[in-house]
Amino acid sequence: MIAESFSVEKGDYLRAGEASTKMKNMLKKLGIGGSVLRRISVAAYEVEMNLVIHSLGGTLSIDLDGDYIWLVSEDIGPGIPDIESAMREGYSTADEIAQGMGFGAGMGIPNMKRNADVFEIESEPNKGTKIKMGFLMGGGKSE
Amino acid sequence: MNKRFHSVTLEASRCKGCTNCLTRCPMEAIRVRGGRAYIMDERCVDCGECIRTCSYHAKVAMTDDLGIIENFEHRIALPAPSLYGQFYHAKSIAVILEALKYIGFTDVFEVAKGADIATRLLQEELKNPDRPRPLISSACPAITRMIQIKFPTLIPNIVKVKQPMEIAATMARAEYSKKHSVSKDKIGVFFITPCAAKVTAVRNPIGQEKSEVDGVISMLDIYAGVFPILNKVSADENVKIATPYGVGWANSGGESRAANINKTMAVDGIENVAHVLEEIENGRLRDLDYFEGAACSGGCVGGPLTYENKYVARNKVMQLISDLPLERPEDAVPCRVLNSFDFMLDTPIPENYSMQLDEEVSTAMEKMERINEILESLPGYDCGSCGSPTCRSFAEDIVRGYFNITDCIFILRDRLKVMAQQMVDMSNTKRE
Repeated sequence: MIAESFSVEKGDYLRAGEASTKMKNMLKKLGIGGSVLRRISVAAYEVEMNLVIHSLGGTLSIDLDGDYIWLVSEDIGPGIPDIESAMREGYSTADEIAQGMGFGAGMGIPNMKRNADVFEIESEPNKGTKIKMGFLMGGGKSE
Repeated sequence: MNKRFHSVTLEASRCKGCTNCLTRCPMEAIRVRGGRAYIMDERCVDCGECIRTCSYHAKVAMTDDLGIIENFEHRIALPAPSLYGQFYHAKSIAVILEALKYIGFTDVFEVAKGADIATRLLQEELKNPDRPRPLISSACPAITRMIQIKFPTLIPNIVKVKQPMEIAATMARAEYSKKHSVSKDKIGVFFITPCAAKVTAVRNPIGQEKSEVDGVISMLDIYAGVFPILNKVSADENVKIATPYGVGWANSGGESRAANINKTMAVDGIENVAHVLEEIENGRLRDLDYFEGAACSGGCVGGPLTYENKYVARNKVMQLISDLPLERPEDAVPCRVLNSFDFMLDTPIPENYSMQLDEEVSTAMEKMERINEILESLPGYDCGSCGSPTCRSFAEDIVRGYFNITDCIFILRDRLKVMAQQMVDMSNTKRE
């Protein structure tokens, strides 16, 4: 069992993407490759950018339990008022800065869900959002 | 054939054991032990960055001597288009090609013509909607090897077209054999290279069983022979030169311009290429059709075995291109050529697991935990004094069994302090 977590600050575009890069490098050292790594790379980057763009800050952690690689994002708010809509492709609440950087196509959460073998999301307005994604180490879904 | 052949090697007698190459190797493939550097074979991609950074010229590229061409009765030079940028005063490409015949070659075939063919095949591959996006150029072997090691998930994106050098080698041999009625095994074809990576690509090919090239000669080794005669030879100015687009492959961005497609990105310098590959791996840039990465800054004109400054060389190539008749590869390459040869890579490009800590994931996880523990105790200066490029790689090297914790001079100093204090304490004890 190995776990590592990274804190991600709201609006910190300077370090945005660092946590997912570190996690990816760690997985490569552990010998995780192929389609699993490809799916995790996309999901980790999306979820990290979500923390930077939408949350008030939070943590991103990675955990391996022998069967699954778990990617968990937990933030301290503001929560997603309408999860149903957020899960829909094309729905976005990204601000102008993020949109100017090419984000905000409304593909974030749907993209995570598509890439993960297990996808759970809980959110409470004014409290925070928790996204838990599981990737089967022995392969899992193909793209 | 040595599986681990590398063109980039160390001239141990010149090595001082400093940290110049150690900290600047983009693959973290160098370690210093006992006052000299070692290159880790399984991680080196032959980019030649260490050849550039070594102040003592201890890092060298193994290439073939010009004398190797004597082994063949018929010898064809395959000049990389970057060669044209090396001769600031050359009047035309034709003159440079002619001069090569005066230093021992019987004939010359431009690699730029191979690039024209590669361009056509690349355009065809781009039409296939089932290929992943962006397609990644296979032209720079150092980048392909880096992808095998650091970005294995992007291997399926690598273009399946052979390098222009290989295409040119096949074409040169076939045409010469037909024209002069000589059997193919009597013909030697020799690539004139701007870099070490191409030498390795010939000795130890990627994506194909065997190279068509018989020898690889450094641009630096033919420079002295060609330069003085450039203004004395008279070239047949009607000789058919490759298209400006084929020649343009010498510069970064040349492949995209040749393929004539939108949504492309060209990046030069191996560190920059790694950063963008990271973005591609993250699923960004999915709207790109083509990505060309060159390990050397400027593209092949910036190769470690070139003589001329890369900016001067790039300009010279552009000037020579502007003197050529404007012709597209689509018009210059006959369909007959595309139909009668197979220029696609035919063996799979494997992942390279040299970054992996252990074959067993569970053992690798244990090692990772130990690495993190060790890392906590290290100062984090990434100074390289221990012989490893960063504190993290040092921690990894300890776990892999290459180093001891006291190879860190800061840890060693702290331990000596404790020992010294213990000695003082011991010397102060009085007999009761």
